[in-house]
Amino acid sequence: MRRLLIAIPFVWLLALFIVPFLIVFKISLSDLAVAIPPYTPTLDPADGWAGFKHFLSQLDWENYVWLTEDALYWKAYLSSLKIAVISTLLTLLVGYPIAYGMARAPEEWRAMLFMLVILPFWTSFLIRVYSWMGILSQEGYLNQFLLWIGAINEPLVILNTNIAVYIGIVYTYLPFMILPIYAALEKLDISLLEAAEDLGCSRFSAFWLVTVPLSKQGIVAGSFLVFIPTIGEFVIPSLLGGSRTLMIGKVLWEEFFSNRDWPVASAVAVVLLLILIIPIVLFQRNEQKQREAGK
Amino acid sequence: MALDVFAPWNDPDAKPLIQFKNVSKRFGDFTAIDDLTVDIFEREFFALLGPSGCGKTTMMRMLAGFETPTEGNILLAGQDIAPVPPNKRAVNMMFQSYALFPHLSIWDNIAFGLKRDKMPKDQIAARVEEMLRLTRMEKFASRKPHQVSGGQRQRVALARSLAKAPKLLLLDEPLGALDKKLRQDTQFELMDIQEKTGTTFVIVTHDQEEAMTVASRVAVMDHGQIVQVATPDVIYEAPNSTYVADFIGEVNLMKGKADPQGDSLQMHWAEGQPAVVGSPLAGASKGQDVHYAIRPEKVSISAEKPVDAANAVQGKVLDIAYLGNISTYHVELAGGQIIKAQAANNRRISRRAFTWEDQVWLSWTATAGVFLER
Repeated sequence: MRRLLIAIPFVWLLALFIVPFLIVFKISLSDLAVAIPPYTPTLDPADGWAGFKHFLSQLDWENYVWLTEDALYWKAYLSSLKIAVISTLLTLLVGYPIAYGMARAPEEWRAMLFMLVILPFWTSFLIRVYSWMGILSQEGYLNQFLLWIGAINEPLVILNTNIAVYIGIVYTYLPFMILPIYAALEKLDISLLEAAEDLGCSRFSAFWLVTVPLSKQGIVAGSFLVFIPTIGEFVIPSLLGGSRTLMIGKVLWEEFFSNRDWPVASAVAVVLLLILIIPIVLFQRNEQKQREAGK
Repeated sequence: MALDVFAPWNDPDAKPLIQFKNVSKRFGDFTAIDDLTVDIFEREFFALLGPSGCGKTTMMRMLAGFETPTEGNILLAGQDIAPVPPNKRAVNMMFQSYALFPHLSIWDNIAFGLKRDKMPKDQIAARVEEMLRLTRMEKFASRKPHQVSGGQRQRVALARSLAKAPKLLLLDEPLGALDKKLRQDTQFELMDIQEKTGTTFVIVTHDQEEAMTVASRVAVMDHGQIVQVATPDVIYEAPNSTYVADFIGEVNLMKGKADPQGDSLQMHWAEGQPAVVGSPLAGASKGQDVHYAIRPEKVSISAEKPVDAANAVQGKVLDIAYLGNISTYHVELAGGQIIKAQAANNRRISRRAFTWEDQVWLSWTATAGVFLER
């Protein structure tokens, strides 16, 4: 019975992660072909052992070599990393004060504030990103408002730039940053801050020396929750970003659907996964540390 | 020799370290501190004692700087401290929850305040080592607070609050989280440390035994006011009101009409019972309502009527509380009044002189109890 219980997550992982990954990995080692499916070789079990050997001999690493030869790919990876890092920092800067305000709000307000943070999830993600197009475009609400109050004389170009991408990412992933930080700050004992003040800290240094270190776990968790999905983000850069916004998610989409080059697209996906494994391992180590500290 | 007794409160020339002058503190409609005036002297171990909600914690938080008085002034060494923020006061506080920083080691917790003062590194190290020695925590310096026991955390909190050598140390229910045995040991440790460092301590507690044990003077508080400030023995032997008498230890309270008789006072308190005789109460007039308070250990219990006792009443044993070293007898008098009497168990329990339903005599001398106006 216990084995069965333990087996369930492993079967889950096998069926929904390892098997698909192996399929993608196999495609990344194949060659492009005008066929259905659009790659070669394909394994035919009817050919037996010899057929399998022949199948293996046709697999090679040339798609990975190709990724290093064309500057587009590593530029896209780097640009995605850059956008993900900057967006994570921006989300932290916006999210921390909100989480702090929530944790310090009167107890009876907190449930409502919590609801407000997760309320956007009740609408479709796509609709929310589309509505940002309406706000940020040159005839959009933001420009109209700024023109009306006289802050600007001609409309700003925000849509189809990286700024719009940052706005979109910060907006979308903000709850993932706020919630873990809020959870950490809510547990914080106010008397610790009083003790810090009593021992000679100003309010500001008490914040840096006590509040920030004690919410570190929340900051780390929130940052990973924003950073990991942002690297592979496709919808936001393709809707809000311009032709110059280079992100690996977009490249991946174009390889699959515009070029119909499944082998190269698969190679891109496998490399993306390898890049993401590093922060995921770091994230898990952080979680483990947190559990140990909680004991 | 009475010369070296520490009692600056009796010395009219002594300058108090802390002065509360007509201090009031209101939170909305609620008055936490009501027109309070009191002086606390240097090197004193001053206890604020009272039930929860009596304002003792508010008083302490005003001293620490976390609350400001609504009216009145608090002077520290002659200076009004109202405009001084908590981080600039020569006052440190030991918190009820200890408030140790969980992300810092015990060493760093103690060094925290010293680092804020920009003290040179070697001096910080020396001071921290000294504090660790004082609280016998040297072995645990590198541990985190959650890796040591409750009693050790309490000592770290004390070391941290003493590290900056404050003029005044505030202790908010410092021993509340410890079990009884450990608490008693720690009380003596606290007194020892207070004496060694010469720091003025103000302790907030709701445990009267703790206040009596550690303090040089005790202030009994009720509803935002200090009812009585005195040394522990005066608080116990000569309470100024039934509230204080009742709050500290066990007491028998009786109510009656005063009848001054020259150099003594009699109180008529029940039909068919002899009047209670005791020392006079200043300003008591005939027929005035007065209270009489007498401690159970000052009431003797005997089988025969004592010959020359100033006060003697008869009753029957209703209940016996056996506490090991002593027993408390609850004796019901003819009118229904119950008087508690304590006797030392200097014989084994099987040879106890009295048992339930026995007719006994209770007696006490004329000076054993006190008359109280309120």
